[in-house]
Amino acid sequence: MEPSSFREAYMTQVAGMGALSPREVACRLGRSRRDFLREAAGMALGASLMGGSPFVRAATAVKKRKVIVITFGGGARDQETFAPEGQINIPHMIGELIPQSSFFTQVTNHGILGHYVATASLATGVYETLNNFSAVPPEHPTIFEYFRKDLKRPVSDAWVVAPSNGFNRIGESECRSYGSGLGARVVLPKHLLSAAASGSNADYGHLLHDNYETPLYAPQIGGGEFELKQLDTILKLSVDDFMAHARTLSSPDELSVYITKQLMRRESPSLLWITMHDIDVAHSGAYSLYIDAIRRTDRLCAELWKAVQEEPEYAGNTTLLILPDFGRDADQDSGGNGFQHHRTGDPASRTTWMMALGAGVRPGVVYDSPIQSIDLVPSIGAIMGFSAAQSQGKPIKELL
Amino acid sequence: MLPRNLQPDQFKGYPPQARKLAVANLAAFQQLPLSFLPSLLREVIEYDFKFPAERAAIDNELSHLSSLSSAQIADWFHSFSRLSLSSELEHLDWINRPAQFVEQESAYLWTTHQLDAFRQAATDYGDRLRSTLPAGPLPMRRLGIAVIGQGVASYDTALFRNLRAQGTYFRQVKPDNGLGLLFDEVEARAKSHPVPYGHWYVDGGQAARQSPSLTNVCYQALEPVRANLLKFMQAEIARPGMGPEELRSSLARLLPSDLGMDKAGDAVLDRFQVKLFTEGSGTQIFSTTFAQWTTREALRRAQPLTLLVRFAPRQRQKPMNELLFSTNANPEMDLAGSLVDADMASYYHWINQQRLPGAEQSSFLVWFEGHNQALVIAPSLPRGVQSDSPMDLKALLSLATS
Repeated sequence: MEPSSFREAYMTQVAGMGALSPREVACRLGRSRRDFLREAAGMALGASLMGGSPFVRAATAVKKRKVIVITFGGGARDQETFAPEGQINIPHMIGELIPQSSFFTQVTNHGILGHYVATASLATGVYETLNNFSAVPPEHPTIFEYFRKDLKRPVSDAWVVAPSNGFNRIGESECRSYGSGLGARVVLPKHLLSAAASGSNADYGHLLHDNYETPLYAPQIGGGEFELKQLDTILKLSVDDFMAHARTLSSPDELSVYITKQLMRRESPSLLWITMHDIDVAHSGAYSLYIDAIRRTDRLCAELWKAVQEEPEYAGNTTLLILPDFGRDADQDSGGNGFQHHRTGDPASRTTWMMALGAGVRPGVVYDSPIQSIDLVPSIGAIMGFSAAQSQGKPIKELL
Repeated sequence: MLPRNLQPDQFKGYPPQARKLAVANLAAFQQLPLSFLPSLLREVIEYDFKFPAERAAIDNELSHLSSLSSAQIADWFHSFSRLSLSSELEHLDWINRPAQFVEQESAYLWTTHQLDAFRQAATDYGDRLRSTLPAGPLPMRRLGIAVIGQGVASYDTALFRNLRAQGTYFRQVKPDNGLGLLFDEVEARAKSHPVPYGHWYVDGGQAARQSPSLTNVCYQALEPVRANLLKFMQAEIARPGMGPEELRSSLARLLPSDLGMDKAGDAVLDRFQVKLFTEGSGTQIFSTTFAQWTTREALRRAQPLTLLVRFAPRQRQKPMNELLFSTNANPEMDLAGSLVDADMASYYHWINQQRLPGAEQSSFLVWFEGHNQALVIAPSLPRGVQSDSPMDLKALLSLATS
């Protein structure tokens, strides 16, 4: 929370805009998403469809089941996405992905609203309390450790594509019974690029934006021998090819998606986690850049789903889960400055959505029942057959 | 150290007026919970550099707190008292460094999942205080004016979308001498009601007019301050062990003189301007963000009767390091993006104005500079409608303020 927010929280509501309780606001956010989706996409209400599990029906594919998680880019609000005035910014999700998906309208995050700590919480199923600005591992076992330990999967089967410096420890916790050697490999595309460019980043600066959450602090991007080895031995990319393609990209998230596609092609991991981050440019206060980033992320999600259909290892047996790590502050909350930050802890910043599509998912269904962001890990555990023993979330029954 | 142990000499580090105020209200302070008091002291310690509206608010709040019995204070603050703080927080020097305490308290409340309880306690306290201390009548109706889209030749997407439901959209505006007419009105208001810091002109670029009757804040005029700040940040970031939180703390300690501001300047306004850069996010790199944040902070703190803000083009997005440390005197501009930024900022301008006393009677005008589109919100005007009546900015202002 911004320090000045403390007393600003005392300020009055905006005249003419009635005060609602946090619970009422969260419910309204969920309801407006549901109403919109029912009208625009003709989706059915999930409660009426509860019955046999789609995953049971798809049981034959369990052996090959792959799960991809995309965190939707650093927090986006309803009015710029699923509200009527925001739909123009997400044409691919509305037109291509939503009709194929089960959509959860009310996902709440009761933890700390910083991107690294919130993503770590998503990955562990526990509201982590680590320092958002430190490169420290999560305290509790990550989904990657549960997956690899329980299912005895090799290190090549779980990957994280993460946006910035702080995320390089997210693949593996400090938990003794899991931890060392059981986590996911983490690739930081910007580090790859920095290493490949040998420190001369003049042509690639637009792909190296980092750490929007603290725009006053812009650390140099690292990258060296290790990253070059990743490029060569895992992604099978020559430095020249990588650099040539990077020149055609316009943002860090585009670079992440490019690397993700390479990973899918070369390593075909069963558990793949991509953290988008472009939208967090909102912290700079430029609304147009925030909107541009939402539109780009929308396009990239559809692009990745298309890549899933085109890759033989993934087509037909992949479940894709897309969800923001959290929202952003409401315009009316006096403790914040609208879209710019996520510091107030108000319902708009805590309430978001999740889309599930692909193998085992009922298409065209909207679920209204509230779930928490920490429910993601046990739900994936139930889908893939591992136990998220220390998670504090609950499996989402609509996905089972 | 807990509030009940406070002694008068512990405020000797405060500026003169703040010290006097703190000592006079010591008995009330001693009864307040630690989860609350430092946030109040954060305001008190800056009292000597506060705007008149802020001083009046602090005076009223302290006067009220001092009038409460012990039982009443316990009742008012029971929600704050229920919050659990760490012993580390208790040992911080929250008397002399209340802002740092509040920052660490905030982190602690997030970590211990007590932030929602704090939010609720703060909101309840604010509501109760407001109902106890109703605001007096304003000397004139408040007026906000936003001028957006400087330099944009044409723009096809709908503007003022967030505001249209609140007011009347005019699409046959005569733009001739529009800026001049707006300035004339703002200056006339300042002359008729010469309230200190009561009438503001904020510009995201170069000032179109310098008026001594207005409080002027212009991005271009502050360029030397911004340049000094960026140099300071560059040096700080290069220091071993520096991180975002440390940088933030070191920025918070900066004074106008540290950034080369004239010692003979307006001490209150100079501090305000420094805080725009050291506490704002993005104000250092984007002029549209600067203008939006300045408007927000001026409304929140000075509560002006009139505020005219004119947005200017911001530089195009580049890597953060380049934006922070580039010495390019003529950066490439993003005209269309700046218009989108300013359009949203004008919505926030109105929202922030509506938080102030007299909101039901206040008026707001936003104009696409040099073009024929504007929107006016006023008690006398219908909402959610559009007008094709041709009229100039003077006529629109007349509608807004009549």
